[in-house]
Amino acid sequence: MTALKFSRKHLGIPYALFMAMFVIFPLLLIIYYAFTDPETGGLSFINFIDFFTSNANLTALFMSFALAILTTVICLLIAYPAAYILARTNINKNGVMLLLFILPMWINFVLRTAAMKELLYKLGMFNSNNMSFINTLIGMVYDYLPFTILPIYTVLEKLDKNVLEASADLGATGIQTLFKVTIPLSMPGIVSAITMVLLPTMTSYVVSDTLGNGNITIIGKLIENQFSVMYNWNAGSAIAMILLVLIFATMIVTGKFSEEDSTDARGGGLW
Amino acid sequence: MENKEKIIEIKGVTKEFNGQIAVEKMDLYIRKGEFVTFLGPSGCGKSTTLRMIAGFEMPSSGQILLNGKDITNLPPYERPINTVFQRYALFPHLNVYDNIAYGLKLKRFKNTYVDKKGRERTRIEKLSKDVIDAKVSRVLKLVDLEEFEKRDVTTLSGGQQQRIAIARAIVNEPEILLLDEPLGALDLKMRKDMQLELKDMHQKLGITFIYVTHDQEEALTMSDTIVVMKDGAIQQIGTPKDIYNEPKNSFVADFIGESNIFSGTMVGDKKVRFINRVFDCVDDFPLNEKVDVVVRPEDVFLADEGKGMVDGVIISSIFKGVHYEMTFKVGKTEVLIQDTIERKEGERCSIHIRPDDIHIMAKEFDCNRYDGYINKRNNVCFADGEFECDVTQLYENSHLDEEGYLVLENGEKLDLNDVDVKVEVGLKDIEIIDNDVDGDACGTIISIVYKGDHYQIIIRTDDEEEDFVVDTEYVWNENDRVSVKIPKDKIKLKLKAVNQK
Repeated sequence: MTALKFSRKHLGIPYALFMAMFVIFPLLLIIYYAFTDPETGGLSFINFIDFFTSNANLTALFMSFALAILTTVICLLIAYPAAYILARTNINKNGVMLLLFILPMWINFVLRTAAMKELLYKLGMFNSNNMSFINTLIGMVYDYLPFTILPIYTVLEKLDKNVLEASADLGATGIQTLFKVTIPLSMPGIVSAITMVLLPTMTSYVVSDTLGNGNITIIGKLIENQFSVMYNWNAGSAIAMILLVLIFATMIVTGKFSEEDSTDARGGGLW
Repeated sequence: MENKEKIIEIKGVTKEFNGQIAVEKMDLYIRKGEFVTFLGPSGCGKSTTLRMIAGFEMPSSGQILLNGKDITNLPPYERPINTVFQRYALFPHLNVYDNIAYGLKLKRFKNTYVDKKGRERTRIEKLSKDVIDAKVSRVLKLVDLEEFEKRDVTTLSGGQQQRIAIARAIVNEPEILLLDEPLGALDLKMRKDMQLELKDMHQKLGITFIYVTHDQEEALTMSDTIVVMKDGAIQQIGTPKDIYNEPKNSFVADFIGESNIFSGTMVGDKKVRFINRVFDCVDDFPLNEKVDVVVRPEDVFLADEGKGMVDGVIISSIFKGVHYEMTFKVGKTEVLIQDTIERKEGERCSIHIRPDDIHIMAKEFDCNRYDGYINKRNNVCFADGEFECDVTQLYENSHLDEEGYLVLENGEKLDLNDVDVKVEVGLKDIEIIDNDVDGDACGTIISIVYKGDHYQIIIRTDDEEEDFVVDTEYVWNENDRVSVKIPKDKIKLKLKAVNQK
């Protein structure tokens, strides 16, 4: 009989089991439900057909995408200069400024959104239904800004100062250095910021529920409805799968984009 | 020298960082086409000077002129100067070609041409792709990396990256190329090869090179002119030969090559006394002046016992390839000798030094300086002795509590045990006692010199061989055993750490 050999490889077994139970198995369940007819229980595409033929669903899908992309873009536009200033000047000498930016992350998400609602209400932003989209957007940007600043700050902070000096030395002005060196080299941070914002904004219906005045339905809300209101697990799973595929596609596009801009592979290509 | 020959002029430039002076009132000019090296230990201000020429740092005061024009406040991208950085600083997101072409792609030039209607027009143009291609492949050939255009810079070895960094700088045809310890990260053999290559490149290109290094051998090998720096000030400027053969002070002598530095005293017309003997020399200094005597190890000749000028014993002998490195002991002083003929350890022999190999330098001597430390009793230890002192002078407005801790102005308590300090004692503040028991440190009088109205006495301690130089009106005898006492309030202490409050 051979002795039981315990190699380092076996340390991975618990994780493999964990993955199987909590990632692979649920995923298979979702796939199973998505492709099953809720009435007959047989294999069918009825859930997908239903989704893509419903106007309301397609509007929600479009709304989610519009919100998510706009939120991400606005977050990046605000976060990049903020992170740049924090990392490259001595305003953040003792870390207080960074802490102030990060602090909201530690306060409950629902509470923050409720506070934002009060604030917007006071500002008279709830007077018209046309403002619902803007309000939701403001709430999303507010909630996800710290998640954008942090990864970009981390990358910019580690950026080799010599490289920027080399750029100036070779004749580049400050602006030229920013676009030719700093931004390309901070691509890994930008990509991880996008990953941290894009998916949650598509699904976190707390913000749209609180600030949207009932006018904004995003895809996360649809899934929630199917599962906990309509009790139609099959339709819910189908929407979840559609979302999964869309996110996956978006990430591939972002990954490709960042790779074209930066051949620096140390974290640039998430995929 | 004609003014137009000077490519760069540094006029009274001072640079401070938060009150710390990095470069102090520097004056220097560099001629066109020269290979100049700034040489000095780390923290001497050589890199700061280079960075001011490049434009990365602005001088706190003073002027920098390029071809006679003031460039003091010009940003780096407007200066016709390029830099090779110590850690290469290549752009990791660009390949070799794009790294080198970076500066060329940014370049704009005025093109004057005649349009269809016959009018003369000027237009700002970029360099064409063909021109850039040609320039890049020319420099790649120069640095011997022709096939590497498409390679990712992160996959290159240190030596290759350094060549790319050099190529990236010289492709812009700068008027001055600055090199900030560019070979520091390479191994010895590669460094030697690159030294020769750089020198070769300098000759081929005819560009002015300003090179920064702390490696004296590198400086001697490559430069036309060496600028030796220390503590933000220039110590000496000269050709490698001048600097090696005629060092201006003991710092330069010590930094460039190996040397024996003795403290000596002038005892007559071109006569100096050191290692307990009077030597003839060629430098003229005032009588009784304390001087530094520098003798290169290869200039000390060995002879059989009794046949040279000073007898002593060889206490160590090490084979170094070309020569033997031997340590010769006379009394308490050690002399380093390099000779091709070996003398065994313990062999008694004699040394001979030629007058023109004895370099004499003025010594600034206004007070005794020692490295010491504070002990448990809050006394200071230096020069084989323990002295009472006032430790509260280390921090402003501090006082001692009953347990012996130093309490700072803000209430912080410090334990001073084992803190390193610099000690200064004035020449007149040392009291000599006629026995070796009663004082705080004891030693032997090794020299006594009459200085017109007082005697200057040097007392050498037994173990550490530190000297106490004492000005006194009383006469003592050489070789007397004495001890010294220093009043508590005459011992000046300073913390050794640079970042003193």
